[in-house]
Amino acid sequence: MRTSHLRAHTPEESEKKTMKKLFSSSLELVVLLPDGSRRRLIDFLIPSAILMSAALILIISMFLPYWRMTMTAPQYPKGLKVDVYVSRLEGDVREIDQLNHYLGMPPLDEGGKFERSISLTAIVVLGLLLIAGVFIGNQWAGVLALPALLFPFIFLADLYLILYKYGQSVDPTSPLGSAIEPFTPPLFGVGVIGQFGTIAEPRIGLYLAFIACAVILAGLWFHRRAYKPVVEAQQKLADKNQDNTAAS
Amino acid sequence: MMRRWIGILLLFSVLLSSCSGGQQTVTPASSGLPADAAALAAERGFTPDDVYAALKTYMPSGELDPYIMFSSGGQSGQVLVIGVPSMRILKVIAVFTPEPWQGFGFGGHGDQVLEDGYVNGYEIKWGDTHHPSLSETNGEYDGQFLFINDKANARLAVIDLRDFETKQIIKNPNAINDHGGAFVTPNTEYVIEGPQYAAPLGWEYASLDDYEEKYRGVITFWAFDRMSGRVIPDKSFQMELPPYWQDLCDAGKKVSDGWVFCNSFNVEMATGGIELGNPPFEAGVSRGDTDYLHIIDWKKAEQVYQAGKVETLNGMALIRLQTAIDEGLLFFTPEPKSPHGADVTPGGEFIVVGGKLDPHVTIYSFEKIQQAIAAGGLETDSYGVPVIPLDKVMEAQVELGLGPLHTVFDDKGYAYTSLFLDSAVARWTLGGPYDSLNPEDGWTLVQKLPVQYNIGHIAAAEGDTASPDGLYVVALNKWSIDRFANVGPLLPQNFQLVDITGSGAQMKLLYDMPIGMAEPHYAQIIKADKLNPFEVYPQVGWDPGTMALHPNAITSEDEARVERNGNVVEIWMTVLRSHFKPERIEIQKGDHVIWHLTSLEQTRDATHGFAISGYNINLSLEPGETQTIEFDAVMSGTFTYYCTEFCSALHLEMLGYLLVKP
Repeated sequence: MRTSHLRAHTPEESEKKTMKKLFSSSLELVVLLPDGSRRRLIDFLIPSAILMSAALILIISMFLPYWRMTMTAPQYPKGLKVDVYVSRLEGDVREIDQLNHYLGMPPLDEGGKFERSISLTAIVVLGLLLIAGVFIGNQWAGVLALPALLFPFIFLADLYLILYKYGQSVDPTSPLGSAIEPFTPPLFGVGVIGQFGTIAEPRIGLYLAFIACAVILAGLWFHRRAYKPVVEAQQKLADKNQDNTAAS
Repeated sequence: MMRRWIGILLLFSVLLSSCSGGQQTVTPASSGLPADAAALAAERGFTPDDVYAALKTYMPSGELDPYIMFSSGGQSGQVLVIGVPSMRILKVIAVFTPEPWQGFGFGGHGDQVLEDGYVNGYEIKWGDTHHPSLSETNGEYDGQFLFINDKANARLAVIDLRDFETKQIIKNPNAINDHGGAFVTPNTEYVIEGPQYAAPLGWEYASLDDYEEKYRGVITFWAFDRMSGRVIPDKSFQMELPPYWQDLCDAGKKVSDGWVFCNSFNVEMATGGIELGNPPFEAGVSRGDTDYLHIIDWKKAEQVYQAGKVETLNGMALIRLQTAIDEGLLFFTPEPKSPHGADVTPGGEFIVVGGKLDPHVTIYSFEKIQQAIAAGGLETDSYGVPVIPLDKVMEAQVELGLGPLHTVFDDKGYAYTSLFLDSAVARWTLGGPYDSLNPEDGWTLVQKLPVQYNIGHIAAAEGDTASPDGLYVVALNKWSIDRFANVGPLLPQNFQLVDITGSGAQMKLLYDMPIGMAEPHYAQIIKADKLNPFEVYPQVGWDPGTMALHPNAITSEDEARVERNGNVVEIWMTVLRSHFKPERIEIQKGDHVIWHLTSLEQTRDATHGFAISGYNINLSLEPGETQTIEFDAVMSGTFTYYCTEFCSALHLEMLGYLLVKP
């Protein structure tokens, strides 16, 4: 584990002075690698901080809307909106369902029920995996970060699937069911259904999830820069030990 | 936008220049209006004042009026809600009269409200609404409740301005008619219902020969509880008055808080009998030179009531006249002649009484009234009530013209009095602390603006509050004669909007609004942003009768059902575009039906109606509303129930069958 290889290398000074130094500037602290080479402690703190912020950004996004559908029609001067959060729907869901029943479309709440039910737990797990990467000083950190990296893409793919299913499940026995061809509401952009114009657009939550992706990538780059020498040093040491063993 | 402003500026400069040359018709060349607008104005023969009036009142589609006027609906027993300055009717609130659009009195919760207003169980189907009164906090309208009286039957109604619905009608148990109501005290502690024509208390029989001994006036102080939104009779009290035909009242405010002032007009105690050779009432009650302004210390009266110095008559606490005299609750002072109105100035310093048959308004000083009461040594009338001499309390008299009735106020120290006989609105200046607010001297007539015709009441923007807004006055004219197209011998009334923004003699007539459904009396005008009604009811299952969740509300279609218990059939029905659930109901003739309906709608304006053919049932179910109807299935046959408020493209399909087996 990383901690076993990290020893603060400080001059021979009183303990009091050391503590003062620790608090005043960690920049000067260095880490002694197993092969005897030295790295600055800050190199290891940077990726940890970045990955933790990525986790934080992702967790914040849970409380913000990811996607919005706005419907406009003459008799709805303020429009009708539904905001999709990872865990819930908000807005004029009731009225949109009310209108959709004429077309025989299922209630909005039916789509993605399972996903919404596990989403909060899932995001917390993704965040924890990211944070776990902080404690793993090798390339497995990248593997742990992968689900969080993919999360916004999975969200969009799932949303598309939900919209597709939604538009294909028109009940032919509903008042206007026979008049509607199956259709897929657009994931992004404008569309028209009856007298309604629709605008589908990403919202702040989704942007945050993508920002988290970028932050994770940056974190992983710094992570690699910090720990690659450690892994290589360990490898060198192991090789040397092996040579010694072999020699004896 | 910029162009519009430039256009308006140009217009005003033209107005100014053309006003000096008299009222000529606008011409395209001279107007400065955009060419097409100028051409239109010229084609219609508009004067610059006409163009000004049009621009002052026109409300483009979607723009909202800054003021809302609540007008009595007169004999319709309703209340009109009118936007000012556009003078568009926004709503007619059902109050004392069954009204089908709002489902008021056709099976829903309004039935009980109406029934509570029956006179000893006798069904009353109308009301003569006179004086609306908005609830007040610190003498300012607070936009929460509206009260209105029914002169014909001495009743008071409470309208909740969260949903503009009538919640309570209360019958005065000791009076059979009223006029001096509704007026509120400055914090709506009490709603005042003053009397009109004297009758023995409880309107027992008594010969008119015993008028002086047995006939009485009675003023009622209805305690109002804001939390429940109801008048609480158990906390209310009345005061017995001499049979002088008390008329209009106003509560003191600010410096005069705690007092009520009512004019009266039959101190002569005329009892009519033209057929017996007596003077008719119209002559008999006008014989004397003065009547009495009633001055009542209501805060002290409240203490007397709380101290238990009351009798209980027909369930109401009543302060007897002798107690009122002994406790110093009631004083009189003369007022000339067959007076009308008693209107308190914004700061509460003065009380203005119109002369009606005297060309003056008489202004009383509250401070002088207090001094005279404190000084004591007053003579009394024949009932023993102390009478303060007029010269001790009169602040001023202003000669306005013929038939001064009611007075309202603005923010510039002007008072506005309706002149019935002159058919005019008089603008005059208040003195005292108001003198510095305008260029003219105090207590001076400034302008008389002719109105069409026979003005009764007058209303101004927040004009009877502690801080009037100015801007608009509405003349509530009784006759319209030639103002509108002939619609037969019963003519509409004419509400005329008057611009009072300019000072001095610059009042301008802006707009005529016909009222073709009754003869309204008083109106109040509130700043629109003080009203904050629900857009839809706060929860599905809301009972407007109790302003709380209905015990039989259901919140989903899965709960819709029919249950039978003996010959009682109970139905829980949901209402949602565009179907009822259930849609088929089969019962037996003779069944007692209890039918709960819940609108699952939560969208603004998605109102449904519910009518059952043949059973005189029609409800208005606004989004989220639950109502219960009960009836006996006395007729067998095939009936339909259907939605009576156009709700959707499939509105006609929103129906069900009620099958009643013989």
